[in-house]
Amino acid sequence: MSTAKLKKVIITVIKYLVLLLASFIAVLPLVSCVITAFKTPEEYASTSVMDLPNSWLYFDNFIQAWKQANMGLAFRNSFIILVCVLIGAVLIGSMLAYVLSRFKFFGNGLIRNLFLFASLLPGIAMQVSVYQIMYTLGWINSLPGYIVLMCGTDVISIYIFIQFFENISTSLDEAAIMDGCTYFGVFFRILLPLLKPAIITVMILKGVGVYNEYYMANLYLQDKNSLVTVATSLFKFTGPLGNQYNYICAGVIITMIPALIIFILCQKQIYGGLAQGAVKG
Amino acid sequence: MREKRSFREWLATGKVNRRLVMVTFMFVPLLLLIVFTYLPFGKMIQFSFYDMAYLGDREFVGLDNYIEVFTRDDCFQALKLSVYYMIGAFIQLGLALFFASILSTKMKGAGIFKGLLFFPYLVCGIAVGFIFKFFYTRGFVLDTVLQWIGFNLDNLPYWLRDTSINNISLAATSIWRYMGQNMVLFIGAIMSVDSSMYEAAAIDGASGFQKFRYVTFPSIKTIIVLNLILSITGSLSVFEPPYVTTGGDFGTGTYFVIMNELAHESQKVGLASAMAIVLLVIILIATGLQKLFFWYFFGEGEKEAYRVIRKRKKRAAKEAALAAQKGGTA
Repeated sequence: MSTAKLKKVIITVIKYLVLLLASFIAVLPLVSCVITAFKTPEEYASTSVMDLPNSWLYFDNFIQAWKQANMGLAFRNSFIILVCVLIGAVLIGSMLAYVLSRFKFFGNGLIRNLFLFASLLPGIAMQVSVYQIMYTLGWINSLPGYIVLMCGTDVISIYIFIQFFENISTSLDEAAIMDGCTYFGVFFRILLPLLKPAIITVMILKGVGVYNEYYMANLYLQDKNSLVTVATSLFKFTGPLGNQYNYICAGVIITMIPALIIFILCQKQIYGGLAQGAVKG
Repeated sequence: MREKRSFREWLATGKVNRRLVMVTFMFVPLLLLIVFTYLPFGKMIQFSFYDMAYLGDREFVGLDNYIEVFTRDDCFQALKLSVYYMIGAFIQLGLALFFASILSTKMKGAGIFKGLLFFPYLVCGIAVGFIFKFFYTRGFVLDTVLQWIGFNLDNLPYWLRDTSINNISLAATSIWRYMGQNMVLFIGAIMSVDSSMYEAAAIDGASGFQKFRYVTFPSIKTIIVLNLILSITGSLSVFEPPYVTTGGDFGTGTYFVIMNELAHESQKVGLASAMAIVLLVIILIATGLQKLFFWYFFGEGEKEAYRVIRKRKKRAAKEAALAAQKGGTA
């Protein structure tokens, strides 16, 4: 074997070793959770954390976690929030982007800049005074109120839509207008269907954010008996249950399953969506 | 004689319809923007000059809250903590770039590695908190694995309690969560580099590292700098890892953890607002520096953007002038 070839082989081996190590580190915390979630309480107490469980069919922890954290309700609430927010955010974002990209009017630039500046305001810091407004509106502990707040203006999605509109030729609009279509018709019948790729991108980015949102859900949906979401349901495990990691791990895994399924199904769209979001992020 | 038109038809005429569409389409987003962003922003500035809780009396105290932000131990200490997360962010970007450059070459299993490294990003923040609380607990996952490779448990620190190391432990959880996301972004950028440039480089006899240094890196530096800036502002606003994993105890309370405590537990809304404003100013300065930095070192991309904007402005001005002429003659 020539030295050049040998060098290549060695480099390839090192590459794979490094990648295996990195993947091991990425997966280790998750795997340790899975292992623990299948252990009986006695097993959990008596064995080392990384010892494999006796049976991979012991689902009692999952059932317990599901019941204790009220996860049935949590998934229902999160689902309602997700559907409403995604529809709302897509409609709001695309309509605004349509007006901003298609019409020239006084204040167009100003409105764009207002949204841009808003994106600089640190989200959690703003909640100090948003809380007061939500309180005045009577929207603390109100699912619709929370949904409206989450629909709120998200600059990244607006920019993704604007970018997309700018790649759709305006001659399409003009032809439709000539044919007697109204501007509403142009938007809903012609442009909205063309926006599909952008809509998928926005839904993925926003969906991940909304499903994982913990701070705002905890702040505005304080009634944990009826308004628990998937993210806040886990907080049940901080109190007296704080050391029963066999339940906690089972709960953590339950919350991860939807994300895992979506990830496996739409890997390509997720990667693509992230890249698009980042350019304007 | 002018035809009488129905209301519907009137609505459908060009100009009216245009106005109508603009008003209806912008009403909701602008209302949301005002109610949930600018109104609270204004209130926050106002609150920062008062000694107040959410309910009850308030008292005007001038700049006292701001002075307190800089003199209180916990606030200032919290700002210093963000240095840990900033260093973490640099390491994270370095690792992301490294793995992106490996995974964007042709190799078997690249998709699987990419997926494994990326998935932590999709786990929700509070779950990440629990996972690492478990991971770092004395004698649990990390300690067990370290014992496998020969460490003695007695020599290992308490990862979350030992104040000399716990902030590093927490910053590491951030790296774990976000490295894959950065990596995916970089892979996307590297893949979009024109492959003929690599061929040209190969003909010129460039080594692998030279290819990276002179072909890949210049093409993706914009996105690298962008992520660098984002991670700096991000490390100033770390919240979830310490909030869930340690609750901000043992000296791990970051700026936002302290602020959250002050606002929603101690009800010192005025002080918390002042903290928020101070952070905002820091972020604005960082963003401004970023713009300058871009402008000086990476001129082309931005300058081109400016050129496009200028062109657009010129075109708009021309159109306005034309419209004015028309208006004048009509």
